[in-house]
Amino acid sequence: MRRGLATAAAVAIALGALPWLLPGSFYVAIATHVLVAGVLALSLDILIGACGMSSLGHAVYLGVPAYAYAWLVANTGLGVALSAVLAVGCGTALAAGFGVLALRATGLGFLMITLALGQVAWGLSYRWVWLTGGDNGLRAPRPVLPGVDLTQPTAFYYLVAAVFLVALTCLWQVSQSPFAACLRGARDQPRRMRMLGHPVWLMQWAAFVMAGFWGSVAGLLYIWDYGFISPQTMSLQQSAEVLLMVVLGGAGTLAGPVVGAAVITVVKTVISSYVDRWSTLLGLVFIVTVMFMPRGIVPGCRRLFSARAPRPAPAKA
Amino acid sequence: MTAPALHVDGLSKRFGGVAATRDVSLTVMPGERRLLIGPNGAGKTTLFNLICGDLVADAGSIQVFGRELRGKPIRARTAAGLGRTYQVLTLFPGETLLHNVALAAIGGGRTGWVPWGSFTGRADIRARARAALAQVGLEQQGECVASETSYGERRRLELAMVLAQGPRLLLLDEPLAGLSAAERVTVRAVLEALPRTVSIVLIEHDMDVALALADRITLLNFGSVVLEGTRAEVVADPRTREVYLSG
Repeated sequence: MRRGLATAAAVAIALGALPWLLPGSFYVAIATHVLVAGVLALSLDILIGACGMSSLGHAVYLGVPAYAYAWLVANTGLGVALSAVLAVGCGTALAAGFGVLALRATGLGFLMITLALGQVAWGLSYRWVWLTGGDNGLRAPRPVLPGVDLTQPTAFYYLVAAVFLVALTCLWQVSQSPFAACLRGARDQPRRMRMLGHPVWLMQWAAFVMAGFWGSVAGLLYIWDYGFISPQTMSLQQSAEVLLMVVLGGAGTLAGPVVGAAVITVVKTVISSYVDRWSTLLGLVFIVTVMFMPRGIVPGCRRLFSARAPRPAPAKA
Repeated sequence: MTAPALHVDGLSKRFGGVAATRDVSLTVMPGERRLLIGPNGAGKTTLFNLICGDLVADAGSIQVFGRELRGKPIRARTAAGLGRTYQVLTLFPGETLLHNVALAAIGGGRTGWVPWGSFTGRADIRARARAALAQVGLEQQGECVASETSYGERRRLELAMVLAQGPRLLLLDEPLAGLSAAERVTVRAVLEALPRTVSIVLIEHDMDVALALADRITLLNFGSVVLEGTRAEVVADPRTREVYLSG
């Protein structure tokens, strides 16, 4: 527990110092994008890491709350705070419904159902024009906080960093808990866990809803960050990208999804300024990682460092 | 009148054209040790799977301590006091023995829903897990990873897991399978030490140990009950030799 709190404190200090170390506001904005993508990747890792269930429809929880927030702010007088709560609630409720459908299958079947549900949501965002703006999407300004100008990249970065830290701390707590132990047990031996009296389906559904909640939080941060939401945000490419973030960084490690989010966001936004074929570069990064670190960057680096660490000398007889 | 620990009536299960169990009826009284014998394919493990809910029966009823459980989820069966071990070890090999048993100890309760705090750091869970490990003589190996222990220790670990559930009716599917002579002695001692508050239905091919443990024996063949009786009755019956012992 103490080690966890010390790590959280170190992460908080690093996040606090980062804007001072970066060369300009452009890079602070990139760091903000990384943290938003990090929250989304962490939410998907609840499914992949703890439950062993890969989803190809997770971008829905990025898009739906973002649409909900933009629509509520533009069309109702509810205010920013209530709109934000309702938007996250909307995404979480959708996850509760989608979870009932998706958890009818496991493995490839689960992947296909989440893909299908994601495509349905993406199709609706294109065609339900009066609600979503269709191809044009919806816009929403950043919220206004008393005394804080969130249009400034650094101020907004700190807001996102605070939410990211809360998400990371909560998910770290969950990863140590009896609930996560049961999820991992159900991932490895579902039959045994049922026979031990654990409600496996219900626990996996709860994890699905939890993933939807944190995905929705990422969706809210996304609309504040980019100020714009369009069907592209819910596309299959976006879902595949977040899946790639988790796999690239290392599923089930907490740090892994964040590292994966950082690599992919940096390649997409920074490297793409210098290299035309940035998607080829991303593919190469992925291939090299899978070849040399099949379990992802974070587990691969841990293995590398533990192999290089000096071994204790054998005890003398 | 005391309800039987297990009462199975007319239980049938078909896989396409194959009848895995046919109209099986069985009554096990509280505290009884019942041995199921029969050649391979007789339907013994299928019967276990039907009782514990891994398979859905086509017909018949299953009562555990008077509660009808056919059509009920596995969780309802474990709540009624049912616990089982598997023929093929079903453990969490990457986790410690303590972690394995702790997962069993919190089954059926609310602790598994707690999304905060350390799992194996909780004193109440550790105490229950350690008690179950001590019951099978593994209290010293609690921090060992399951995959790094011997096969015999893993067999005992599976027993510790099912005991941690606090069962009243145990279905043991070949608990001695694959064990060395020394390990068999250890597991046999564990089974003999179980209190009579726990009823046991046992599938076992080691007849020396099985006959020593059993109060009554049921012989199955081609999914049907061929005969049932005391040790002496079943061993003396020529059908036992014809169906089972001759092979």
